[in-house]
Amino acid sequence: MTPWGPTDTDLARFVRREARLIDERRFDEWYELFADDGYYWVPAAPGQADPLNHNSLAYEDKLLLQLRVERLKSPLAYSQKPASRCLHVLQEPEVEKRDDASGEYLTRTPFIYTESRGDESQRYAAVAWHTLVPLQERLRIRLKRVDILNCDAALPSIQLFL
Amino acid sequence: MGRYRDDAGALKRLIEDQRVHRDVYTDAEVFQLEMERLWSRTWIYVGHASQVPNPGDFITLDIAAQPVITVRHTDNNIRVLLNRCAHKGTKVVYDATGNTGKTFRCPYHAWTYRTDGSLLHVPLPEGYASTVQRNGLTQVKSETHRGFVFARLAKDGIGFRDYFGDSLSSIDNLADRSPEGELEIAGGCLRYLHNCNWKMFVENLNDTMHPMIAHASSAGTAKRLWAGKLAELPKPMAIEQIAPFANDYKFFDDMGVRVYAHGHSFSGVNFSIHSSYSSVPEYEAAMKQAYGEERARAILGTVRHNTVYYPSLTIKGAIQSIRVARPLAADRTLIESWTFRLKGAPDALLQRTVTYNRLINSPMSVVGHDDLHCYRSIQEGLAAQGNEWVNLQRNFDSKEIEQQEITANGTSDISMRNQFRAWREFMLP
Repeated sequence: MTPWGPTDTDLARFVRREARLIDERRFDEWYELFADDGYYWVPAAPGQADPLNHNSLAYEDKLLLQLRVERLKSPLAYSQKPASRCLHVLQEPEVEKRDDASGEYLTRTPFIYTESRGDESQRYAAVAWHTLVPLQERLRIRLKRVDILNCDAALPSIQLFL
Repeated sequence: MGRYRDDAGALKRLIEDQRVHRDVYTDAEVFQLEMERLWSRTWIYVGHASQVPNPGDFITLDIAAQPVITVRHTDNNIRVLLNRCAHKGTKVVYDATGNTGKTFRCPYHAWTYRTDGSLLHVPLPEGYASTVQRNGLTQVKSETHRGFVFARLAKDGIGFRDYFGDSLSSIDNLADRSPEGELEIAGGCLRYLHNCNWKMFVENLNDTMHPMIAHASSAGTAKRLWAGKLAELPKPMAIEQIAPFANDYKFFDDMGVRVYAHGHSFSGVNFSIHSSYSSVPEYEAAMKQAYGEERARAILGTVRHNTVYYPSLTIKGAIQSIRVARPLAADRTLIESWTFRLKGAPDALLQRTVTYNRLINSPMSVVGHDDLHCYRSIQEGLAAQGNEWVNLQRNFDSKEIEQQEITANGTSDISMRNQFRAWREFMLP
């Protein structure tokens, strides 16, 4: 059987939808975009190669992502009173690697991220790298890596998902 | 004329036995005096020897709002220098870390210094002849204990051993956890900007009345999520690390806390939230090999929670990580969190501390978010009129005032009262 091969348009549409689900706080749907072995990774150093032996801002498997999503629903999440809001402004995703045979695709998406809470807001320039795999004819995230331009700066609390 | 600078009585009145005045957290003049007095007269952490392994290696940082360089000199000893050219005041080195070779050369007019701070060369020296003294980079007092480098900016003052006393046992335990007895900073650093006074962070580390409340949404949720999974699944490291933050009052009370003279303390005298981590057989075998069974068991059985080396350094020996407080203003503090490789231990130990550090100390940590929210909220709440005092009374005993070393129940506020007794000691003119 020929594996299903998403077009570049399919890949870009997926990346845009992924950001939109975060911005609209549809975190349960967002969580379902990750493959069972999927990870969300925000390195703490520019060009960081290793998530295990080097500190990261976040490196979360599905269990830890679920913890984040469930916590955001908790009335006891004091740092979410008031709740944070965020918006991703994306550049058009580019397909960096396409491997139809093994079924793995890599996209690169520069973006500006704004997160606000009460009267305060913070803004980051970043690049999202999505490693996507088709599972049952739907794309899933094996790895979303977010390289924040100033990831090694002294940063305040970042509470949602870049 | 300052309200506090020129009035020792007013400064002294900020600290009572069981409460402190809000100005210690909010007042800009008090903050300035803290930098000039407390943070200059005490021993401040300025880095780890493993960050400067070779002659010429340096790191730069600010302590007490002053730029310093920690550098390994050509004689292999570590020196701490003020990062200010004797000429016009330029920082002679700007990078956070690097190797300068045998000299620091100022980028502005090329005044050049040896790595012990002494002046080596100035261009056209005859023009600077005898009219003005040509100084080197100011060297400040420093001491290294098991690789931990501390500096005291004040020329005269309390000695290193007198200052830390037996509290150094926590650093010893951390270093002893390496089968080779040596540590190496590894895995970079997490830099978390706290919009609160530095003391709120430092006090919180031995405040065991907050975790089950402030961390209910993170640790409590982690506990609940894992309870729903199949019992035969191995417990993930992250759950092992986060869930104990939701332990009950009895657990934290039974942990115990010990305080030492000059503000130092640690919680987890008897056990801690790190006591029930899965064993790493390869590591335990290496420890037994290195120390013998009994000594290895004693080292690994000392599982302290947080040790505060007042005012700048806090360490977690059992998970080989440290948090360093860098005050920026009365309501702004940078917290740097570093991790160690235990020399001679398998990578699993480094991976464990990196996981812990990310889960608890990152700007993206769900545990950190709730702590920081509370600190910020205090910073704003203290503006309220009608009550100018912050309560530190839990389990106060008047006999504690004159004692040097005390072990108490874990939920006591004694560590905070002990910090403020040191604060008063070093803040008065």
